Amino acid sequence: MGLAKRVIPCLDVTHGRVVKGVNFVGLRDAGDPVEIAHRYDDQGADELTFLDITASSDERDMILHIIEAVAAQVFIPLTVGGGVRKVEDVRRLLNAGADKVSINTSAVHNPQLVADASGRYGAQCIVVAIDAKRVDPQGNAKRVEPQAGSGAACAEPRWEVYTHGGRKPTGLDAVAWARRMQLLGAGEILLTSMDRDGTKSGFDLELTRAVADAVDVPVIASGGVGKLEHLVAGIIEGRADAVLAASIFHYGEYSVRQAKELMASRGIEVRL
Amino acid sequence: MSLIAVIDYGMGNLRSVSKALEHVAPHAQVHVTSDPELVVRAQRVVFPGQGAMPDCMREMDARGLRPAVLEAARTKPFLGICIGLQMLFEHSEEGDTPGLGVFPGQVRRFPPQAMKDAQGGKLKVPHMGWNEVMQAEAHPLWQGIADANRYYFVHSFYVEAGKPELVAGYSVYGFPFTCAVAQDNIFAVQFHPEKSQTAGLALLANFATWKP
Repeated sequence: MGLAKRVIPCLDVTHGRVVKGVNFVGLRDAGDPVEIAHRYDDQGADELTFLDITASSDERDMILHIIEAVAAQVFIPLTVGGGVRKVEDVRRLLNAGADKVSINTSAVHNPQLVADASGRYGAQCIVVAIDAKRVDPQGNAKRVEPQAGSGAACAEPRWEVYTHGGRKPTGLDAVAWARRMQLLGAGEILLTSMDRDGTKSGFDLELTRAVADAVDVPVIASGGVGKLEHLVAGIIEGRADAVLAASIFHYGEYSVRQAKELMASRGIEVRL
Repeated sequence: MSLIAVIDYGMGNLRSVSKALEHVAPHAQVHVTSDPELVVRAQRVVFPGQGAMPDCMREMDARGLRPAVLEAARTKPFLGICIGLQMLFEHSEEGDTPGLGVFPGQVRRFPPQAMKDAQGGKLKVPHMGWNEVMQAEAHPLWQGIADANRYYFVHSFYVEAGKPELVAGYSVYGFPFTCAVAQDNIFAVQFHPEKSQTAGLALLANFATWKP
């Protein structure tokens, strides 16, 4: 017995509200971040991740109020990401009650931000989010089929880092980038497969495993969860330390507790 | 009214600690403070810490808090959390840093070669997430909390207590390590009770009423 694998619901927030349909039975207000955070906490979520998808920077302060309100009532770790550009942004989020801050696009534009924030506040609170897309050997983005196993096209799969919510390619190799981010001070990697995100066909397990094996810090698998079995696969086959999902929990298809019970039945150590 | 001082030396977010204490002790006054006077006046003291221990020691001293911390550790209910536990020991491998020396012992980095699970798989550092806390002895702060309950950890260094009777709890990550120490009026933990949901709040509630 030892450290439990974590299940992390992700909440997309804009203008102070959780977006994506939320379908909890008995929820007074389906968009209220505090109420939803409470619900996930009751279900046994190990952490919560808030992704601020607000487009304009002048409205970003709203996420601070949300984190303050959630942190006053929900006593599990909170990660916040989205629009983090400066060490000052990290400081404000931590002071509002975030335990970890996730850096994505800005880590690519300014890797020193990761080093500076980690040096100032400690690696334990710096998550680097990597959005990765599979490429063929010529370097062209290539959609993978769900449950790809035949893999005739490329014996050595590679993934490229994308920014801006998966819209802009960077030319960076995702595995090498994860290693570099660890060296600069990332305490954790949040790894999202852009090929799988939104497809409900499961994590890109090869990607997850490649990154999990390449770094010494914990890796959170993200992107593509459509059923609870996918979470099991992310841990066992992907070797992830934690699994993140949004829609399967938001739409009330499954509870976090159901997810953990299935994982436990497959021999995965979880907090029940 | 009972005053609980949460010592603030500028290292990280103490909101969670203070909110959790307010949650379990609504009649107490919880003050996050860097004022040594207030620490001296408080009935109970919480000594948290985040980040790197060299920075924590430096920032504590920069605010002139060391005498008040040492006095509190001698005289009143005192709860150390995370780096606040590590700072009570003599020395840390992190930046080759002397600690407060309240307890004999060392703070060590998880050694890479030992970080294997039972199946030989790689264990990540930092040790991040929910791990079981085995209670090494009965203690008022464990009251009502099941043995082997899970608490939230995030750390890369652990304490090696210089005398075994200090150990109040341990966890296993590659090997058993001390995650809680207790002596007289001091209780100190490596994990984060303020982030450990029900089990964490129970421990904080026990602290708020503890009469060592």
